[in-house]
Amino acid sequence: MQAFEYAAPKTLHEAVGLLGSSWGETEILAGGTDLVSAMKDQITTPKRVVSLKHLAELRRVEFSPSSGLRIGALATIHELLDSKEVQENYPGLIQAADGIRSEQLRAMGTVGGELLQRPRCWYYRSGFGLLAEYKGKPLVPDGDNRYHAIFGNSGPAYFVSPSSLAPMLICLQAKARLHGPSGSREVELSKFFVTPTSANEREHDIKPNEILTEIVVPHHPGVHMAVYEVRQKEALDWPLAAAAVALHMSGNSVSKSAVVLGHVAPVPWPSPEAEEALNGKEVSEETAEAAGKAAASKATPLSKNGYKVQLTSVAVKRAVLAAAKGGA
Amino acid sequence: MPKCKYDWPEAGDRGLIGESIDRVDGAVKSSGRARYSYDVHPSGMLYARMLTCPYAHAKITSMDTSAAEKLPGVKAVLVIQPVGSEIQWAGDEIVAVATTSEAAADDALRLIKVEYDQLPFLVNEEDLSKAGDRAKPSAEQKSGDPDTAFKDPDAVISEGYYGAQVITHCCLETHGSMADWRPDGKLKTWSSTQSVSDLPGQIGEGLRLQKVDIQNSDIETVCQYIGGGFGSKFSPDRWGIVVAQLSKQTGKPVRLMLERDQDLEVAGARPSYYGKVRVAGKKDGTITGWDSDTWGTGGMGPSGNPPVPYVLEGIPNQLKKHTRVNTNIGPSRAWRAPNHPQAAILTMCALDDLADKLGMDPIELLKKNIDFAPEILRQAYVEELDKAAELAEWKKYWHPRGDKTPGHLKRGLGVSIHTWGGRGHASTCLIAIHPDGSVDVKLGSQDLGTGTRTVIAITVAQTLGLPVDGVNVMIGDSAYPKSGASGGSTTVGGVSGSTRRGAIDARDQLFAVVAPALGVEPTQLESVNGRIQVTGDPSKSLSWKQACAKLGVKTIEAQGKNPGQCKLGDSGVGGAQIADVTVDTETGLVKINRMVAAQDCGLIIDMKTAESQVYGALTMGVTYSLFEEKVMDDQTGIMLNPNMEFYKLAGIGDIGELVVHMMTGPGYDERGVIGLGEPPVISPGAAICNAVTNAIGVRVPTIPITPEKVLAALAKGGMA
Repeated sequence: MQAFEYAAPKTLHEAVGLLGSSWGETEILAGGTDLVSAMKDQITTPKRVVSLKHLAELRRVEFSPSSGLRIGALATIHELLDSKEVQENYPGLIQAADGIRSEQLRAMGTVGGELLQRPRCWYYRSGFGLLAEYKGKPLVPDGDNRYHAIFGNSGPAYFVSPSSLAPMLICLQAKARLHGPSGSREVELSKFFVTPTSANEREHDIKPNEILTEIVVPHHPGVHMAVYEVRQKEALDWPLAAAAVALHMSGNSVSKSAVVLGHVAPVPWPSPEAEEALNGKEVSEETAEAAGKAAASKATPLSKNGYKVQLTSVAVKRAVLAAAKGGA
Repeated sequence: MPKCKYDWPEAGDRGLIGESIDRVDGAVKSSGRARYSYDVHPSGMLYARMLTCPYAHAKITSMDTSAAEKLPGVKAVLVIQPVGSEIQWAGDEIVAVATTSEAAADDALRLIKVEYDQLPFLVNEEDLSKAGDRAKPSAEQKSGDPDTAFKDPDAVISEGYYGAQVITHCCLETHGSMADWRPDGKLKTWSSTQSVSDLPGQIGEGLRLQKVDIQNSDIETVCQYIGGGFGSKFSPDRWGIVVAQLSKQTGKPVRLMLERDQDLEVAGARPSYYGKVRVAGKKDGTITGWDSDTWGTGGMGPSGNPPVPYVLEGIPNQLKKHTRVNTNIGPSRAWRAPNHPQAAILTMCALDDLADKLGMDPIELLKKNIDFAPEILRQAYVEELDKAAELAEWKKYWHPRGDKTPGHLKRGLGVSIHTWGGRGHASTCLIAIHPDGSVDVKLGSQDLGTGTRTVIAITVAQTLGLPVDGVNVMIGDSAYPKSGASGGSTTVGGVSGSTRRGAIDARDQLFAVVAPALGVEPTQLESVNGRIQVTGDPSKSLSWKQACAKLGVKTIEAQGKNPGQCKLGDSGVGGAQIADVTVDTETGLVKINRMVAAQDCGLIIDMKTAESQVYGALTMGVTYSLFEEKVMDDQTGIMLNPNMEFYKLAGIGDIGELVVHMMTGPGYDERGVIGLGEPPVISPGAAICNAVTNAIGVRVPTIPITPEKVLAALAKGGMA
């Protein structure tokens, strides 16, 4: 780990003032589950680390039927899972958080960190840069891309978004609240994730001197929601494909739906194809399967990840069936 | 009365032996008080780290360590491989530093400039057509007349491709040691090793090769606890020599433990084994011929040549070809039951395919041909297959290939048998009975977590008629009498033999002292229930403490050796395992419902630690069958998953139910003690492969059985 300056400011304002204006100068420390290992491996080598541990106001999980759910960026995965109000009103979010199958990550990892964690691409983590280039050539297309993207993978980014929470939050029309030198701003979570086009960019609509402060999730009474992850292991393991589904029902029919895929593209990947296959239909094995097929229909797999197309289709089908059975 | 002085007690008189007894170091380990090499941290200790080569094959063209040498906190910089060296794998060690902090070590490594000429490399071998002149065929082996056997118009012939990947040992405690070269010229190391007694000699030899003068007798190695070895920790390794050099150079104790990535990259790999196999059989199931064309890699060294056909080695009319592929993936090491899991996969999967072609139950096929197995094990195999079938409810759940149940969940069962030697190694111990009644047993053995301390305690306690906690077991130090390395399932036979003999001799010395007080001859005494008594007459007795008090100020000492007089152990065990799996044909995910193991290992000293060995082996077996793989990158030559994130190990929820049955009683116990570490880890791969095939109706040819491979196999047919 390269030596760095450490600051643990007492206020949000002070924290923002300590951040640099270009990427790489400073890093924000929340739970540290990703940052510390990335620093040890010298994937990132900040000159200053700004810890948010004193900003207790960023740790709240609050709910009201009128304004919905507010999740402080520093709330841990455990705190999210333990919230009765989240359990009662956002079962899909609980399922998403439950996919993080490590007690250590749940205890230390924060919701903000979960959304802002860097990709797990093994070329990136081996030191070949965010876009995995070697001798001027991208490594992923001809390399071992078994865990890489099957959507949005025309380059130069081929990694998959690692967030387990984002697909469900996007289905629920969540917004990210950011605080920077000129005050606060809100971004729809569906637009918060971006595909970088150069190695110096990041995967989020956030500036180097902004802090993600909270996630705001509208209340969705009566919406049926579910997440289905295809993971090889029951124990901690990255999903090979995941789907989040939210269904607005009108009688037995779907009046409106949201389907967002996880771990298959550089960003959480909305599937209007699957939504279209569901809207106006009664949920059955057949419509769920049709939605799954539609979701996978435009996949462009790489040399070694064709199997993820099938897994995507199954994840959507099972999430739709689970959502229809469950409720909110 | 036993026929030979040191014989194990007869059935009914065995007392503690064969009971289910908690391991003696369970509490100290589970409470965190056990000190591993990593926990030894004397004041003033320096931290060593090594700069490694980032290329799979390269020549060092220049090196500059001057900036690192000037860095504050750097106490020593040692060039391991100088300019001009040819490096054969990424991760190989180039320069070591010893510094006052771990952070300084990292900083120092970054300041060292090494330049390389990159050379051509090969890191993947499954596609033999890409191996070119890296493929080194060895001579064809032939027996009988395979040509005629396969041309027989009545023969039923099955043909298949099978294989096992390269995996790493992935010890939870990485390799390494703490070395302290003291001003008096003596070197003490706290090493994570499977070979306490032999390590000083190996370290001495390694140091003298580096022109560092030391006598073996001035080196002591300690290893009280080890976080896994599995065959990868017999030697001090280059880093075990380097750390001693750094300690001598700096005059300080120095710790050098590998980082997790280094451990996975260079400190242990099991050779791969792939092959095309044909088996010929008669319609009644009698096997008439074997033809295999196999290849594998062990890095740049030997790949091993797994013994096929496995277990049924007497199959007539064999033709075997094997090709070694030289790759730049790092060196291979013995991995628990070297060569056998690979041999089991190629053999037991090929036989399963033949059974399917014949329309036979694979257990019946194995039994039908069991006379091709070594004679001494035939009866055991039949009993073990029957026992495993009963416990796995084979009759209820096995079906001809392909589960016809509607839906995407398909259940299947698969079987495999295995064998191993496991004769006890050479072992010497010293047993002391003190006048206060305390008993010490000392030997330079080591407990890899297998229960060695516990079986020593039980052996000595039972022999002296004491409770298990009446014996103080002292192992893990090369200053104690020499005992063999723990590998190849040789430890339990070795240490039970030496400590049984030593304890009998010590006991007899005590009898000689005590006999006059009881007015009998020493041969009329026995030691039972914490007393020395006239055989069969508790009324004429002394308590153990009273008896030992008769020693005055003298301590009894007796040496015990293995091998030695009387037959206390043997070699050659069998085992049968059945895997019960459910495959999701939509996702390709394999779930283990149940693993059943029926295993023999002669006379069992501690039923609990024996069963634990099998539980551990099944866990490891599930893991290498479904998850583990050393993923090497064709473009950069590096290992892509040298971490616990993508080098996948099973968690509790991935293991399924484990059912273990140890074969005991007549036919087993009288063979004496035989090792158990290796055998139960051999069959899981083959049994799981066969179970998956039974479930989905089509073979997934190689392990690990990933969703990707299951879906690819289903795309070619099967029950999807």
